[in-house]
Amino acid sequence: MPKHKVRLIARLDIKAPNLIKGVNLEGVRVVGDPNVQARKYYAGGIDEIIYIDAVATLYARNSLSDLVRTTASDVFIPMTVGGGLRSIQDVDTMMRSGADKVSINTAAIRRPEIITEVARRYGSQAMVLSVEAKRLRGQDKWEAYVDNGREKTGRDVVEWITEAVQRGAGEILLTSVDHEGMARGLDIPLCQAVTSVVDVPVILSGGMGALEHALAAIEQGNADAIAMAHVLHYNKLTIAAIRTYLIEHGIEVCRHDEGVPA
Amino acid sequence: MSRPAVHICDYGSGNILSVERALEKVGAEVIRCTSPEQLTDVRALLIPGVGAFADCMRGVRERGFEAPIHQLVEQGKWVLGICVGMQILATRSEEFGITNGLGIVPGTVTQLPDTAPDGSRLKRPHVGWSELRRRSQPWEGSPLEKIDEGTAAYFVHSFHLVPDDPQDLLADASYVGTPVNAAVRKGRVFGVQFHPEKSGRTGLAFLDGFLRLVETDRG
Repeated sequence: MPKHKVRLIARLDIKAPNLIKGVNLEGVRVVGDPNVQARKYYAGGIDEIIYIDAVATLYARNSLSDLVRTTASDVFIPMTVGGGLRSIQDVDTMMRSGADKVSINTAAIRRPEIITEVARRYGSQAMVLSVEAKRLRGQDKWEAYVDNGREKTGRDVVEWITEAVQRGAGEILLTSVDHEGMARGLDIPLCQAVTSVVDVPVILSGGMGALEHALAAIEQGNADAIAMAHVLHYNKLTIAAIRTYLIEHGIEVCRHDEGVPA
Repeated sequence: MSRPAVHICDYGSGNILSVERALEKVGAEVIRCTSPEQLTDVRALLIPGVGAFADCMRGVRERGFEAPIHQLVEQGKWVLGICVGMQILATRSEEFGITNGLGIVPGTVTQLPDTAPDGSRLKRPHVGWSELRRRSQPWEGSPLEKIDEGTAAYFVHSFHLVPDDPQDLLADASYVGTPVNAAVRKGRVFGVQFHPEKSGRTGLAFLDGFLRLVETDRG
């Protein structure tokens, strides 16, 4: 089946005011200033940016709107914002601050109706369901977690995503808790399990550490987009190198105009 | 160097922060107009728009922008419609029944097909980056002048404007093999289906090109 172009996405986890990076979504280290990094990835040719407030749910707050507003002043690509969004009012705040899409995990698990509310108000393409998936020991099944992989929900990942798409989720941000921060490759079986049952775009997140990891996620996992953190934050790979490698391996990615200043 | 001011027709169609910032980035002064009285000394008018066609047309009419927009077009002012702001330039739309548009670019807004040329199902909305291709209207002397054919722009839509006269088409894009109309021109009126304010440097180059036309006032 012909696919739309694969998107390369920079994922920035935020613990205000810092950009952080964890291992298995925990053990957090400060990496830098999120706005500076976002500008750098934008100038480097990334297709989209995802901001996730890593501690918002934990402290029942959300502090990302100022950062989103600042970033929207000089980063002119689609921006997804998530972490701790609990109500349609929180979603309104982010959209007014310059977000194009919101990603919701905990609030959707607790009250799935919010998925439909956001989709009705902003269109399903703006409603990204964020899922933190952890493999059940010895099985080809995954359980959905909330609060950065800390808390079990008892929900089967594939079943939950199927329900959420019916409710209006237009895109899935699928994070493997097991692979996150390890830089040893993305979770291909997880991605296969999800992409084989839903036809909304799936952004696979967690574990990208080398060029061939992205290729495997696209070719074998059927991922529509790859979210990257570690390899970009620690300057292991450039966006240009990833793009060139994928093109050389027959993957369709976007071409951006290199002749015009960012 | 100070560049021309762009008046934005703010008729209540959602967030225009990004497009304001993008215009400022390329050096324009932005004047946000929530009522027609603010449309004074206009050189260039930007019409944004997201959501449903009928809602946008209602917003334009209820806020009294319809007649002033026609006047500005007749006076030869530069106009740029973005997304549904482009679609409402058309004669009519087929979204949720027939709704009349401004009729500035003769044509009909129709839904994208649900099947790709190879028979596979086409996902709607069309969301993401697609490469721009030349159509009848020359890119020279248009905001696309400095953009290479094949460069990608960012789209979010389920409908597109099909002009009655194919000569009015500036650019289209291929969405999994299905042609999607991306840019139209009628005199000094331009419409783009993609979002220049979300299309990275390509989008900024487009807005810069639009300002250049306004500055030189030729074309």
